[in-house]
Amino acid sequence: MAARNLSQLKLGEKGVIAGFHDPNLALKLLEMGCLPGTEIRLMAIAPLGDPICLQVGDYTLSLRLDEAAVVELQ
Amino acid sequence: MNKNPKIALVGNPNCGKTSLFNALTGLRQKTGNFPGVTVDRKIGVTRLDKTTEVDIVDLPGTYSLYPKSLDEQVVLDILANPASKDYPDVVIMVADASNLKRNLLLFSQVSDLGFHTILALNMVDVAEAHGLIIDVDLLSQRLGVPVVLINAKSEEGLGNLKFAIKGELMEHSELPKPVLRLDTVSKEFIQEIKSQFKVANDYLAMLMAGQIEKLRFLTSENRTLLGDINRRHSFQHVDFQTKETVNRYKILGAIADESIRKKDDQPRETFTQKLDKVLLHPIWGYASFFAILFLIFQSIFSLAEYPMDWIDSGMASLNEWLKSTLPEGLLTSLLTDGLVAGIGGVVVFIPQIAFLFTFISLLEESGYMARVMVLMDKLMRKVGLNGRSVVPLISSVACAVPAIMGSRTIQSWKDRLITIMVTPLMSCSARLPIFTIMIGLVIPEKTILGIFNLQGLALMLLYLLGFVSALLSAWVMKKVLKVKERSFFVMEMPVFQLPRLDHVVMAVWNAVKAFVTEAGKVIIAISIILWVLASYGPGDSMEQAEQQVIKENPTLSQEELGNAIASAQLETSYAGRFGHFIEPAIRPLGYDWKIGIALLTSFAAREVFVGTMSTIYSLGGDDDTDTVKNKMRTEINPETGGPRFTPAVAFSLLIFYVFAMMCMSTLAATYRETKSWFYPAVQFTYMTAIAYVAAWITYQAML
Repeated sequence: MAARNLSQLKLGEKGVIAGFHDPNLALKLLEMGCLPGTEIRLMAIAPLGDPICLQVGDYTLSLRLDEAAVVELQ
Repeated sequence: MNKNPKIALVGNPNCGKTSLFNALTGLRQKTGNFPGVTVDRKIGVTRLDKTTEVDIVDLPGTYSLYPKSLDEQVVLDILANPASKDYPDVVIMVADASNLKRNLLLFSQVSDLGFHTILALNMVDVAEAHGLIIDVDLLSQRLGVPVVLINAKSEEGLGNLKFAIKGELMEHSELPKPVLRLDTVSKEFIQEIKSQFKVANDYLAMLMAGQIEKLRFLTSENRTLLGDINRRHSFQHVDFQTKETVNRYKILGAIADESIRKKDDQPRETFTQKLDKVLLHPIWGYASFFAILFLIFQSIFSLAEYPMDWIDSGMASLNEWLKSTLPEGLLTSLLTDGLVAGIGGVVVFIPQIAFLFTFISLLEESGYMARVMVLMDKLMRKVGLNGRSVVPLISSVACAVPAIMGSRTIQSWKDRLITIMVTPLMSCSARLPIFTIMIGLVIPEKTILGIFNLQGLALMLLYLLGFVSALLSAWVMKKVLKVKERSFFVMEMPVFQLPRLDHVVMAVWNAVKAFVTEAGKVIIAISIILWVLASYGPGDSMEQAEQQVIKENPTLSQEELGNAIASAQLETSYAGRFGHFIEPAIRPLGYDWKIGIALLTSFAAREVFVGTMSTIYSLGGDDDTDTVKNKMRTEINPETGGPRFTPAVAFSLLIFYVFAMMCMSTLAATYRETKSWFYPAVQFTYMTAIAYVAAWITYQAML
């Protein structure tokens, strides 16, 4: 199966972070605890389909779809 | 300047720094349950014991020492610059215990800078609800700093925290050992920066190397020099920061795993997650958002009406009593027609302001504000704004000045500028009095479909009009600016909390106090000036007007004659001449010279409008002791013989005030935030132009 990115998760589905495409956005996401190897779960999708809410570790993070697309999953 | 030791509060956004600040200093800075409430540093004093006082510096929240927005920049400005006047002696790192690992990242950066650091674990109750138990002693031992459990909201653990601060302030207290070994760069590189810039700390040297552009205390020579050193050692700052962050997490993750015990491994669905399923649902999400808005506007009108009526008639009787008790004369007239009439126009609106702020405070305290940002982000982006623009826009319903400052959390300059430019289009609380009066004059107080108060509905539509025009203006500016700048949204969603009654009461009290004192000052000043201008005219024109009326109307009764004289004198006074002077410009909008006077006085601040109306109609004769609304209702248009405030005039005024930029404080705030007079000038011009054209169209269409 081809590598997926975070924006392709389905509601309630889990994934594990493999890496990032964009080094600058990666810095921000790393700071917020999105490290490679971290399990991440899609909790909610905003009514217009974007942004999305993700469970990362012990908190909920909200990302836009194009930001989530930067995150590769294992 | 005092020489108290400085204690800085540092931490991730929304972890309770300002709550702790308020608990320590007894001050009442604004708190809320969403990231980015504090956008600037705040200073207060607390007493550690009988002899020691310390300054507490509250800082905006940030996830690391690498700032992405202006509010985060403040933290770097202070912590990376030993010459800063706020450079702390001790840093209290406030951490959300339910999310310890991520909070420790910033902690380790701060302690690696060589600060005496205390880790204050807040929100332990939330952590326990998530089934997390923290071994405080082990954590303290592993990190090498004191760890104190606190509850900033209920003010528990403050004694222990103060004790720890005293310990760190003692001469022989030890500095924490660096958490991270800087082994991704060469020792010579660090050494060169340290000796070149006389920096003592290794990590500070690395911060300087990586943040050349962001460190505002560096001179341009410093920057060139640093750039040269970086190039010679082929230093890549993004690469360094990435490795730094990953390595820090590795070390801190191990420490956190050791000191946190999970009660059960089964992740339970928390209350917040259940609530989010509804509040972010494709249909229920928007339905609940509109239901909440609707509830707010309905209650502003229907519930606030009772106390408003009491105050209104109370002020009217006070005026009546003063007039009957005090001897007739200039001072009495100044007091009753000038001051009491002007102030009455303000205090009447206290109940509505209180209701409005109660709701805003509930939205902010519960954590719902962050959900609104998520709900609106996509829509906002289409018009050139950002989900984060929602906070300035919503808080602008209260007042645009703090709202414009709140835009500092927006990372992209373009998004932030557009937010600042359109924020004043949202109807602020100063417009509420004008809306209320005008709606009360022309919209019948009726209930439709059983539950909808028609006046409340009209009010909601006016607010929506402001909101929609803010979006449209943003869209136009986006087209004009054409800046391609990447904007981020990445945001932490706060856990829902039950709003605390005392916080809500305090927020409402502060808002009402500010409304009465700030607006009151302006209104009292303008009322007095206006009274003078409206009571005196050039030369002996006032006496002439009196003689004229007596000569022309020999048959009138004493009372009617008095009224006729008063209104003729008002017309010939300085204020009246002023009104007449601008009348040609506002006649197409349906306004006469009396409304013109009120328009002019309200250019400094819109809340003056109703007070001015009240003063003008008090001086202009008629029944002195009536309420403002009734005075306006009975005002006659001499040209038509019908009421002055016809629906066309009232709607024209309503529309004018939705758009008009009549607030000096807001223009000053825009100047402060954009550091240029160009933007406030554009803001004033475009808003006033829309106001004039829209009011003109409204009046002409309804004639």
